[in-house]
Amino acid sequence: MLLFLLQFILPTYHHSSVSKIMLLASYAIGYNFLLGYTGLMSLGHAMFFSSGMYSMGLGIYYLELSPLNGVIFSASFSLMVSLIFGLFALRTSGVSFLIVTLMFGQTFYLSILYFNEFTFGHDGFSLAKYLGSFVIFGKEYLFSNPDIRYNFALILLTSYLLIATFIVLSPVGRILIAIRENESRTQLLGYNVFYYKLFALVLSGTFSGVAGAMHGLLFSYIGTTFAEIHHSISPLLWTLLGGAGTVIGPLFGTGIMYYMIDFISEITKNYLLVVGIVLILMIIWFPLGIMGSVRRKWLKWLP
Amino acid sequence: VSTWLNDNGPLLFLALLDGTVTAFVLALIALGLSLVFGVMRIVNVAHGELFMLGAVLSWFAFDLTNDPLWGFLTALVLAPMIVGSIAIFSDRFILRKISYHPESTIVATIGLLYVIQQLTLMFFGPEVRPVEAPFYFRIQFPWFGYSGYKLMVAGMSALCLSGVWLLMKRSKLGLYMRATQQDIEIAKTFGVPTQKIYASVFALGGGLAALAGVLVVPIRQADHLMGLEPLLLSFIVVIIGGLGSIRGTIVAAFIIGISDGIISVFYEPTLAKMLATLLVAMVLVLKPGGLYGGDQA
Repeated sequence: MLLFLLQFILPTYHHSSVSKIMLLASYAIGYNFLLGYTGLMSLGHAMFFSSGMYSMGLGIYYLELSPLNGVIFSASFSLMVSLIFGLFALRTSGVSFLIVTLMFGQTFYLSILYFNEFTFGHDGFSLAKYLGSFVIFGKEYLFSNPDIRYNFALILLTSYLLIATFIVLSPVGRILIAIRENESRTQLLGYNVFYYKLFALVLSGTFSGVAGAMHGLLFSYIGTTFAEIHHSISPLLWTLLGGAGTVIGPLFGTGIMYYMIDFISEITKNYLLVVGIVLILMIIWFPLGIMGSVRRKWLKWLP
Repeated sequence: VSTWLNDNGPLLFLALLDGTVTAFVLALIALGLSLVFGVMRIVNVAHGELFMLGAVLSWFAFDLTNDPLWGFLTALVLAPMIVGSIAIFSDRFILRKISYHPESTIVATIGLLYVIQQLTLMFFGPEVRPVEAPFYFRIQFPWFGYSGYKLMVAGMSALCLSGVWLLMKRSKLGLYMRATQQDIEIAKTFGVPTQKIYASVFALGGGLAALAGVLVVPIRQADHLMGLEPLLLSFIVVIIGGLGSIRGTIVAAFIIGISDGIISVFYEPTLAKMLATLLVAMVLVLKPGGLYGGDQA
């Protein structure tokens, strides 16, 4: 992790890309918590990401919250959203769960469009005017300052990695993995599977929501693209590529995918074609992902 | 009430007509999805793209023949065949390799969705292109005229639906399909070629979607992004009707199609879709088997 602190030497372009990767990787870590450790595959995580982003943005816009309060507000909002969602969606499992998450995600996206007078619909809005600056060690900074962006993203990512490692190694994490491996057996052992799954889902949703809020804050833009289905599929892809069920995997997956798309879009506009091919090839020949395979071959202890 | 009916009666009638046409087409698309789910126990996320391919191929046929009627007839025959072969190909080289594992299949078909969509974008371009209807014919009602082609679309969809119904109930292939649906292990033991059945069900599902695409394209033009909306709508239909149940699928298509027509005419299309998606999520949560669902995975 400390390696990332040393990357102050990066040129501007990569500097900004890496900040973005760290934010998106935080989102993917939140996603992986549900997919990798509890075995629940969701196709509606854009709902959590955008609910965090929108509650932060609209809170600052309408309620004139400070940025810090905005993030706290968004954390509690996405916690509430994922709790309500979980109480309904977790009554289903397997394929039905996938479709329910997809449907809830789509309903959320459509409702952002429908209440466009309140949410600014398709156009989204920029926060730059409302954020102002803040002071650290007697110096004034703007949120759009690249160094601020980089370091805030790094703080978020590091804390997510630490929390995730901590939870995965804790008894609760063990039970979650047990649910992934064999749900009915875990139930038979006397654990209330529903509450553990709800816990994982709420945690995953809140993680994603805060990642969304930070993304909105640091890039000062709130828009519906972050609520689209496509944005729910992305963390699935990153997590699978990096290795579902490994703490560090989503970070690798996000980074590799980001630079790959970046590289391909210089050659052709149809980068989604490559995304599709990667998805298919990976699910056929490489289902464990990068870190999953590394763990199987060399590092058995990897969390 | 009577004054309201006087003012809005024709509008309501129009909404009902449009809703019925939507319902028939939707039933056709959703039936394909439902068959694939019922027999193979997998969800094909690329189903909407197969519908889109049907519409796009129809445009190519129209462009090549330069004659609306011949183009339409060519597309009607060729598009389901081409799309069916693509389905067989994906079954053989993707789905079989991951042994139809439900969640892996979803990921793989999401990949397939992107591949089909982007290849279409490369060869067809980002434009929205109109296709002429094979004939013009207006049915005159006292208040407005209505496109005869739209009514023919409803009729042809009804014909195809009954065709599939007969295929399932009367033919040997249908018998094999139902056997595979009920218990694949026992079906295999009794000599049903389940691998071939899987391939043909997947092709049939894709073919139905493509057929719906060909029928719809003169009404609503072709573009490479048109697959998403019917995909979500047919998810809704299939779930409300019960995954894998033909009768349920058709009933649900009517509920969704007609209520979509009415809400879209009187309120807003976005609201209609919002309510429908929410409704479906709730049906799945509260009644996992759907309205007509028997056993459910």
